Amino acid sequence: MPAVLEIEGLRKTYKSRRRGTRNALDGFDMRVEAGQVHGFLGPNGSGKTTTLRTLLGLIRPDGGRMAILGQEVPAALPAVAGHIGAIVESPQFFPHFTARDTLSLLASAGDVPAPRIDEVLELVGLRDRAGERVKTYSLGMKQRLAVASALLKNPKLLILDEPANGLDPGGIREMRTLMRNLAESGMTVVLSSHILGEIQLICDSVTIISLGRRVASGPVDEVLARHSSGAVRVRVEAATDLPVAAEALTRAGIRVTGTEPDHLMLTGVDKPATVTRLLAEQGLYVSELTRVAADLESVFLDLTATAPVPGQHRQVDQSTKVGGTEQPTSGGWGA
Amino acid sequence: MSLYRTELRRLVKRRFTRWMTVLGLLVLAAVVGGVFLTNEKIDATARAKAEAAAEQQYQEQTRWAEQERAACEAAKSGGTAADPGRFPDDCSVITAPPRESIEVDWFLPSTFDFRENFGFTLLPLAAILALVGFVVGASFVGAEWSTGGMMNLLLWRPKRLTVLLTKLAALLTGLLALAVTTTVLWFGSFWIVATLRGTTEKMTSGAWQSFALTGLRGVVLALVGATVGFAVASLGRHTAMALGGAIGVIVVGQFGVAILLALAGVRFAEVWLLPTYVAAWMEKKVTLQNWQACQATYFGECKPETLDITWQHSSLLLGVSLVLILGAALWTMRRRDIS
Repeated sequence: MPAVLEIEGLRKTYKSRRRGTRNALDGFDMRVEAGQVHGFLGPNGSGKTTTLRTLLGLIRPDGGRMAILGQEVPAALPAVAGHIGAIVESPQFFPHFTARDTLSLLASAGDVPAPRIDEVLELVGLRDRAGERVKTYSLGMKQRLAVASALLKNPKLLILDEPANGLDPGGIREMRTLMRNLAESGMTVVLSSHILGEIQLICDSVTIISLGRRVASGPVDEVLARHSSGAVRVRVEAATDLPVAAEALTRAGIRVTGTEPDHLMLTGVDKPATVTRLLAEQGLYVSELTRVAADLESVFLDLTATAPVPGQHRQVDQSTKVGGTEQPTSGGWGA
Repeated sequence: MSLYRTELRRLVKRRFTRWMTVLGLLVLAAVVGGVFLTNEKIDATARAKAEAAAEQQYQEQTRWAEQERAACEAAKSGGTAADPGRFPDDCSVITAPPRESIEVDWFLPSTFDFRENFGFTLLPLAAILALVGFVVGASFVGAEWSTGGMMNLLLWRPKRLTVLLTKLAALLTGLLALAVTTTVLWFGSFWIVATLRGTTEKMTSGAWQSFALTGLRGVVLALVGATVGFAVASLGRHTAMALGGAIGVIVVGQFGVAILLALAGVRFAEVWLLPTYVAAWMEKKVTLQNWQACQATYFGECKPETLDITWQHSSLLLGVSLVLILGAALWTMRRRDIS
């Protein structure tokens, strides 16, 4: 499939006399194929918004290459801007204008036909509140308006930064359906979000960024499989036999990562049948043997090293740096 | 073109623009109303009343002079002068003023002479239009920056300089329409005031031309004010930057500098103050005087040293300031990241 969005070796450095140099983007790569819903994930301060802003011409990069719809940006941005709908970070609108006025002014600036305004208002569920001033809107309603403004151009590439921010559960589900429908209609959607369950549900592929570098990318299933630890949950007929079972498995080279009151957790198990055989040899009979699939949240926390540790307060910028040390590092000022 | 039309629409739609325009027009209407109420048309009755008042004052002065002369003569003959310096040596010098020295005009009610007075009203008109232009211009771009509207717009129109200059063009078009309309109404209003509460006599084509050119300079001043407000707010990416900057310039740059120059005894201190150039722009010339010097005349009289500030000097200052401030705003728009 052709790439709608390509980023190679993108660099952005912020320099400050007092705080030194910070690499917000440190050779970041990303590729999004046409017609996909692509999740763009990363901890706070990892460079997601900087990437999107750079891509959209709001920030000047210090190095690297970017292309949208096959055209190099930012040079060709005026030519492709008509095909990109975007919201970056929290939506902000002029508070005294109504939603209809806001969209009407944008449509007029972008030569979008007026009937499209009603279409997008209907699409995001603001049809009946379109005549009210934006200052009376809740965060969720502003979010819907932002999505409406991004959809106004009927873009080929839709970039949404935290679109579910402030939405109620019904709104999140509507947004999910909308994203899927848009992708099915041929639109490519890039979605930045921290609601990883949502990303796993609606995205075809993901890119995970940490400290300005890509730490994982590809189809969601592949990323999960690639970073799955081969965890297996095993129960035996009598819970009192679990210590014996654990000892037998450990002797056979299988890693027992957790001993719960009623089951064991194993990792590094290539063939679950090995477990059955080993335990049967000890006269222990398996009542449950389940391969535990990794979810996106655990993969994300693992890859970015941002899982909470009891008794520790993780600071922003404390996450994994690809190509650096194995341990979590700080990429803050002076890094 | 669509962006220009959109920005013009946005400008007119903004509540701040509407309120500031209404406020400016109300102030101007108050000036016209005040002039209308404090002036009267001079008719035969008013002139007769003034002549009677002048005659009455002449009579009072004559009576008083006679009383004083009598008192003087009595004091001289009786040698009873309590205050030796009260009367002159020769009592005959105490005389009433000549009748013609008490002018009838002094007793006439205030009247609005279009030819004489209208020119002075063009300065407040220009000042209020420039103030409205400055504040609306600053808010037009400043609010866009602070509410994220500019970023939204740049996602649609990625050419930054085109966007900023189109916004400026829309602002100047809107202000030009307001300033020209207001100036025409100003001329019309004062013509009516002069017709009803004064006189429109002696208006020649030369006088009209002079007023028209002054009005035109006022409109240009308003456009310069709007551009400066717009550019400074764009530089600081907030309306408050322009308003704060203006207050800073007034407080530090004008009052502070004026006090400093006065303490230092600098010649022609007003040369360093902005209002001098605004006045010179509107009045074509401002003559500054230095009373600490003597320019002797053929008759041995001392005249103060003078320095003329002309509208050409003002245009140079305004032009250079405009180029520098707008240039800086465009440069930062092009270079700075938008976050």
